[in-house]
Amino acid sequence: MRLIVPLQGVVQGRGGLLMGSLIPCALFYFLQLYLKKRHRSPKPRSPSVSPSPSSSNLAELPRSASRSNLSSRGSIGPARTSNRATSIAKPNTSPYYVGLDRVLEDPYDRVHYPDGIIQLGLSENRLCLDLIDEWMSENLNNSVIRGDGGDLGIAGLATYQPSDGLVELKVAMASFMSKVVSKEVSFNPSQIVITSGATPAIEILCFCLADQGNAILVPTPYYPGFDRDMTWRTGVELIPVHCRSTDNFIPSITALDQAFNQAKKRGLRVRGILISNPSNPVGNMLPRETLYSLLDFAREKNIHILSDEIFAGSTHGNEEFVSMAEIVGEEEFDKDRVHIIYGLSKDLSIPGFRVGCIYSFNETVLASSKRMARFSPVSALTQRLLVSLLLDTRFITKYLETNRRRIRQVYDLFVAGLKELGVKWTEGGAGLFCWVDMSGLIRSYSEKAELELFDRLLNIAKINATPGSACHCIEPGWFRCCFTTLSLEDVPVVIERIRRVAEICKSPR
Amino acid sequence: MTRTPFFRARLPDPDEDSRAAVTTSSGAGGGWGTAMRVIVPLQGVVQGRGGLVLGSLIPCALCYFLQLYLKRHRSGPARTPPPSPSSSADHLSEVTGAVLQRSSSRAHLSPRGSGGPAHVSSRAALILRGGDSPYFVGLKRVEEDPYDAVANPNGIIQLGLAENKLCLDLVCEWLVANGNKAMLGDEASISRIATYKPLDGLMELKMAVTDFMSQATERSVSFDPSQIVLTTGSTAAIETLSFCIADGGNAFLVPTPYYPGFDRDIKWRSGVEIIPVPCRSSDNFALSINALDRAFYQAKKRGVKVRGIIISNPSNPVGTVLSRETLYSLIDFVTEKNIHLICNEIFAGSTQGAEEFVSVAEIVDSEDCDRTRVHIVYGLSKDLCLTGFNVGVIYSLNENVVAAAKKLSRFSSVSTPTQRLLISMLSDARFTQNFIRVNRERLRKMYVEFVAGLKKLGIECTKGNGGFSCWADMSGLIRSYNEKGEIELWDKLLNMGKINVTPGSSCQCIEPGWFRFCFATLSENDVPVVMERIRNVSETCKSRS
Repeated sequence: MRLIVPLQGVVQGRGGLLMGSLIPCALFYFLQLYLKKRHRSPKPRSPSVSPSPSSSNLAELPRSASRSNLSSRGSIGPARTSNRATSIAKPNTSPYYVGLDRVLEDPYDRVHYPDGIIQLGLSENRLCLDLIDEWMSENLNNSVIRGDGGDLGIAGLATYQPSDGLVELKVAMASFMSKVVSKEVSFNPSQIVITSGATPAIEILCFCLADQGNAILVPTPYYPGFDRDMTWRTGVELIPVHCRSTDNFIPSITALDQAFNQAKKRGLRVRGILISNPSNPVGNMLPRETLYSLLDFAREKNIHILSDEIFAGSTHGNEEFVSMAEIVGEEEFDKDRVHIIYGLSKDLSIPGFRVGCIYSFNETVLASSKRMARFSPVSALTQRLLVSLLLDTRFITKYLETNRRRIRQVYDLFVAGLKELGVKWTEGGAGLFCWVDMSGLIRSYSEKAELELFDRLLNIAKINATPGSACHCIEPGWFRCCFTTLSLEDVPVVIERIRRVAEICKSPR
Repeated sequence: MTRTPFFRARLPDPDEDSRAAVTTSSGAGGGWGTAMRVIVPLQGVVQGRGGLVLGSLIPCALCYFLQLYLKRHRSGPARTPPPSPSSSADHLSEVTGAVLQRSSSRAHLSPRGSGGPAHVSSRAALILRGGDSPYFVGLKRVEEDPYDAVANPNGIIQLGLAENKLCLDLVCEWLVANGNKAMLGDEASISRIATYKPLDGLMELKMAVTDFMSQATERSVSFDPSQIVLTTGSTAAIETLSFCIADGGNAFLVPTPYYPGFDRDIKWRSGVEIIPVPCRSSDNFALSINALDRAFYQAKKRGVKVRGIIISNPSNPVGTVLSRETLYSLIDFVTEKNIHLICNEIFAGSTQGAEEFVSVAEIVDSEDCDRTRVHIVYGLSKDLCLTGFNVGVIYSLNENVVAAAKKLSRFSSVSTPTQRLLISMLSDARFTQNFIRVNRERLRKMYVEFVAGLKKLGIECTKGNGGFSCWADMSGLIRSYNEKGEIELWDKLLNMGKINVTPGSSCQCIEPGWFRFCFATLSENDVPVVMERIRNVSETCKSRS
């Protein structure tokens, strides 16, 4: 009433009739104006206002003018790229990419370049390359290009193939996935879409599940690449949901719920949760119970679950890995909302082959992913090669075993070194990395100090580890160290280098 | 309460005013302006009993409803499909969330539909909805029942896919001789192919590709390997360029008839619009700057921002090549409008006619013009018969575009074994030279034979110089001169004639009755079979009319 009373005064005063009608009208007009402005501003206003009028003026130049008059660069301003390209092309300042670039310039080599930077920032597995090498040299001749009148086979390489992958590869992939999960989980080849790496697989799923401006919840710490893969072209927003070291970085439903409701308040529509299991920077696996409650949560909110299981076969502990496919398979859940991302880059250590896949239970998602696979197909040559590699059961079994054993070996050596330094780490049973707590070495408990330490590690110790802040971890001082690019001989070198930094850090106090 | 006396003191006037209001609203007019007419009834209310409160509340309410309406109206386009399911789903999820405790046994919650079906995005729905174009329907039909001279002579013959099978034997020969060695590289070391590599392609392959491109364009241009981004096929190359050049809601001008796949590659995920710019048979389907200009201004009027032109040279369905003069005027046009030019030159090495093919790179090279707005799409699928390898190329002289495309190549990078193989294949100069020459010869032979066959049936083709297809005018055979008649004929060709061709309407051709025949998938023995089948159909068409 208090708001209305002053107005009433005006209405009842002189000129009341007019003013009483005009003031609300004017107020309303301004409100509309304000709304309109606010509504427009995000898209075209900021970048285009100044250039566009000038270009329209120029359009009035007579077309008949000679080419040379028009042509000299800059007369019209440079050709503009799209706003999204501009933001994509910007150099990335995240320490994750800074570190990777630095290593490229100055890589460590035990023999030739012992002062170079040691790469602990790229989750690549080089421990079992010799096995793949061996297989290739033995089988390449018979696998892809058969000399013995296999013309038909070769024609099959060169001609049009379904862009979502050869059926043979899907079958081989399905059986490989069941082997990796090492359980009685069977994957259905018809639910697989093959893509050129796990990166496009994730992007395609984002395109399928969320529209521009929608959001996806991602428990932190998460793989720094998601910020590119999931948002750049899809226009989807990632909402980090913070996990704590006290929970061993396992996502809590309460935090998810909070994030969901906050997003809702902001008017954002949440369309899914992305989990990586085994977790990418942390290296632990989600317990069965967590998977169940995640599913419950997803159902309750009617959203999707994207499960990135690209490290499923790189487990090295005694814990068993539980795939989302197993959870969904064993009970009558509504499977429609579960989508699994897998790839051969990590578990088969062939990132150069660029092979990933989407495994989904949702017919609509499968159908549209198959259509989008036209933008990221795998070359038929590579597919044929993989079909014979994956179907060589004896080799695969041996490979998976050896791979696990070797990862374990390096891991044990690495954490033993950390223990000696008095540095703690999260006990995880999977992945190609170790999630190390260096908060004892940072000067103040903040992101700034963490980046300082990152800088020291990179420049003084010459090792590139990924700082937790690049993974959106809220607790400072955590670092991801990928140890599978190392050989056993390199581990002591790394530990020695960390020790050096640790001493410097501790001495000023 | 000071309000009451105040209210009473003003009582006499309102009666008069309300009477006046009644008369004006009943149409007597009086001295009130039109604007006043709206306000007057309100004044009546204001001055009547309870006027103070109502006088403030009614405008407020009106304002509220207007806002509500505006809000609805604005988010309308995006919302149109979901409202009913989403609101009910939200409702349901709230209900289940509130009523069923999370702790209750899982089995209670599980039956499907308790939370409503999981939604997919509206763009996924859009992608699924399309695809009923005869182009894609035809391709699918052939997959189900493909022709084979021996095994399935009654199957459907594929004339709808721009694929070259004429020179597969050459590729096969090379692969058998060199393939295995090539894939591993000389050192036969696995770390050369298995480990992480730059996602936009190996430098060696970029160099080999530029060499090959110069050869394909007959040594007229030299390309700079550092300006190249390799992708998984030219489809991905075109999509990446659309992402880099245009934002969602912007548009590209594309002269028609154009390759039916553009509608997917450009629109689907990047959200860019295609504005077809019709070309006429009377001009031999050559594009006219006037038409482009008109389309540009029409788009501007509609408030759509045009960011570029996409041309195919050699043209995909028509098979013509663009003259040097046309390319010059195109570059002038894009410079004048400050937009980009994307040239799809994927058939550059597959020219078979007498006319010379001029790459836009040559024009840009020689002229003092703005190079940063010209981008070339290339691929090895057509010119090297390697569709299955899925290797496409973006060649751009715009640093920003190259930088963005390199970063985007993480979504479509070529697998390293394939790259290694291609490096040695393309570096084998004897092979590539021979291949390009033989391929041109065979294409020419096939083209001549095919066009002659059609001519015998009374079907004329536009004079083509490149590509795997001829563009035939079958308007004489359609029952009515419209798209419906054309689709009827297409249907007849597919189901009676058992040949799959691409109707002009799929290529957005505005003149009905044109069809694209891709002849490079045929062997020579197939041509008479195709002609016989077309004759059968054309006879039934003629007899009825």
